[in-house]
Amino acid sequence: MMEPFVRHTGRLAALPRANVDTDQIIPKQFLKRVERTGFGPALFHDWRFRPDGSPNPDFELNHPAARGATLLVAGENFGCGSSREHAVWALREYGFRAILAHSFADIFFANCCQNGVVPVRLLPQEIAELFRRHQAAGGEYQLTVDLEEQRVHDGLGFRTTFSMEPYRREMLLHGLDEIGRTLRFEDRIGAYEKNRDARCGMREAS
Amino acid sequence: MTARTLFDKVWDAHVVHRLPEGPALLYVDLHLVHEVTSPQAFEGLRQAGRRVRQPALTVATVDHNVPTGDRTAPIADPIAARQLEALAANARDFGLELFDLQSPQQGIVHVIGPELGLTQPGMVIVCGDSHTATHGAFGALALGIGTSEVEHVLATQCLVWSKPGTMEARVSRALAPGVTAKDLILALIGRIGTAGATGHVIEYTGEAIGALSMEERMTVCNMSIEAGARAGMIAPDETTVAYLAGRPRAPRGAAWDRAVARWRDLHTDPGATYDKRIELDASEVAPQVTWGTSPGMVTPVTGRVPSPADFTTDAEQRAVTRALEYMGLAPGTPLEGLPIDRVFLGSCTNARIEDLRAAARTVRGRRVATGVRAMVVPGSQQVKAQAEREGLDRVFSEAGFEWRNAGCSMCLGMNPDVLQSGERCASTSNRNFEGRQGRGGRTHLMSPPMAAAAAVAGHIVDVRKWAGELAVR
Repeated sequence: MMEPFVRHTGRLAALPRANVDTDQIIPKQFLKRVERTGFGPALFHDWRFRPDGSPNPDFELNHPAARGATLLVAGENFGCGSSREHAVWALREYGFRAILAHSFADIFFANCCQNGVVPVRLLPQEIAELFRRHQAAGGEYQLTVDLEEQRVHDGLGFRTTFSMEPYRREMLLHGLDEIGRTLRFEDRIGAYEKNRDARCGMREAS
Repeated sequence: MTARTLFDKVWDAHVVHRLPEGPALLYVDLHLVHEVTSPQAFEGLRQAGRRVRQPALTVATVDHNVPTGDRTAPIADPIAARQLEALAANARDFGLELFDLQSPQQGIVHVIGPELGLTQPGMVIVCGDSHTATHGAFGALALGIGTSEVEHVLATQCLVWSKPGTMEARVSRALAPGVTAKDLILALIGRIGTAGATGHVIEYTGEAIGALSMEERMTVCNMSIEAGARAGMIAPDETTVAYLAGRPRAPRGAAWDRAVARWRDLHTDPGATYDKRIELDASEVAPQVTWGTSPGMVTPVTGRVPSPADFTTDAEQRAVTRALEYMGLAPGTPLEGLPIDRVFLGSCTNARIEDLRAAARTVRGRRVATGVRAMVVPGSQQVKAQAEREGLDRVFSEAGFEWRNAGCSMCLGMNPDVLQSGERCASTSNRNFEGRQGRGGRTHLMSPPMAAAAAVAGHIVDVRKWAGELAVR
């Protein structure tokens, strides 16, 4: 079962880059596992580590102030490219509970919602303001994401709202199993299938 | 009745139930499964004691991490082997058809679906792979999904999806000789950006689209995801019907006639509207080459590498600076003449038989330049066999290309086919992300004839300047 998300206060890490693709979030050499776990250590691998395996001190998440961060703010179109859910598993296992950006790629957004990671869409000027406040605080910056109230605030004057589709919000708030939810409508699926067979379906092979 | 788009018609026909909180339960006609994004889904089913609801609508193959060399040798990478074994066990346990490494029908999932006739107009098709958009070339609604959604579809045969917006990409006039469908879609992505169609399904329309073969249409729809769209669609027509006729899994006899009759209605009605529109003049499209680390960082081959100063926002300037540093390129460098080390002809974007024919025409009687390593990885074992029947393998081999077995290969470098750091590659694949083809590798996306010409010249060339017999279309 997915861990519910009602509200969360934590340290914010900043990744001021646009179009961060899922190949960067979890490079392909780590996709061969058959489990949902074990991806956190490889998060942002090629950015986090130099070719010799040592940490790259220039990478944002390696800054001392980013240690223990549970929230991430990033540039637009975050999570573009490959559909690999491993990217979200890696972010979650590393410790992130929510990602804030102006926009997310569609598949990545859906994958976040399946894993208790809240994708928070804010206006470009709000994202810019978070980057500014994060920098002004030398990276020592805390933020609250409140999914129940659909608000983001820092207790220091930054306060805004965001929207989340009610279906996704319910799932995240209660950590619901989507398959279980869908199977409540199993009779309707069966009825659709009966009807589909009757009109020879869109495919006749079955 | 109100006028509907092609997308609306396919959507409406698949709504099982509208959930009170917004999204719809959408019925899935074909679920394609591969080794990398499915093991966790099957494990989830096991843990919950669930079965696959419709094994007959589920088809599995191996493509992402398979070696493309000798198939009789054991797989050298034990972790990759474990993933292949897991899929074989899952297919066996859950009763699914599997095209494994020994199968003559094995290949990239988005190549084998169409070539087997599994992909048909009006279907909803999903796969745990973002390039599932490829199948939209047949007028199917086809989209990539995550592993949790794979598990959901396995268990329920439905996908939960909130109705996306629609976007029309109307492409007028005709492509010039030497310009391909790949150039068309790269030019479109360059125009609207990699998030230009986020939240939307693209329908490609216009005379230039109607003139494309099925294989070219697949190339266009394939890269919809690089424009941000989860799906791209093209209305079926005579070209579609002719392609599917006689395919092993296409309907036959009276069922075929009924299917074709149904497909005839799969077009956007006059008067139907889209949420967004974009127009492109195909005759103005030149061969395209990417210069950066995102498919939207693209320019005509006649162009130059831009300067960060050419861009307006801070974020863009930072991104371009970073991309140029990664790519080892200085602003103002002409793309033509840029030396390359490697050439990759392959991927679900450009490894179908027509792609290999076009590339072979370019290299016939020529040699790969000294110092360049070039490989051809057919999209499927059937494409490979067809190419061998036509003698294309000899054309490539005699020119100095490596002739491989089918798989995703160096498009994502999960198997041993990878770039070394600093190597520059002319590639027919779909993503030029940092490290995509190997850490530190530098990818330039282009069409098959452009990549083939680059292999021969040893640098990027404008294929239109080559002799007339090289004309692609």
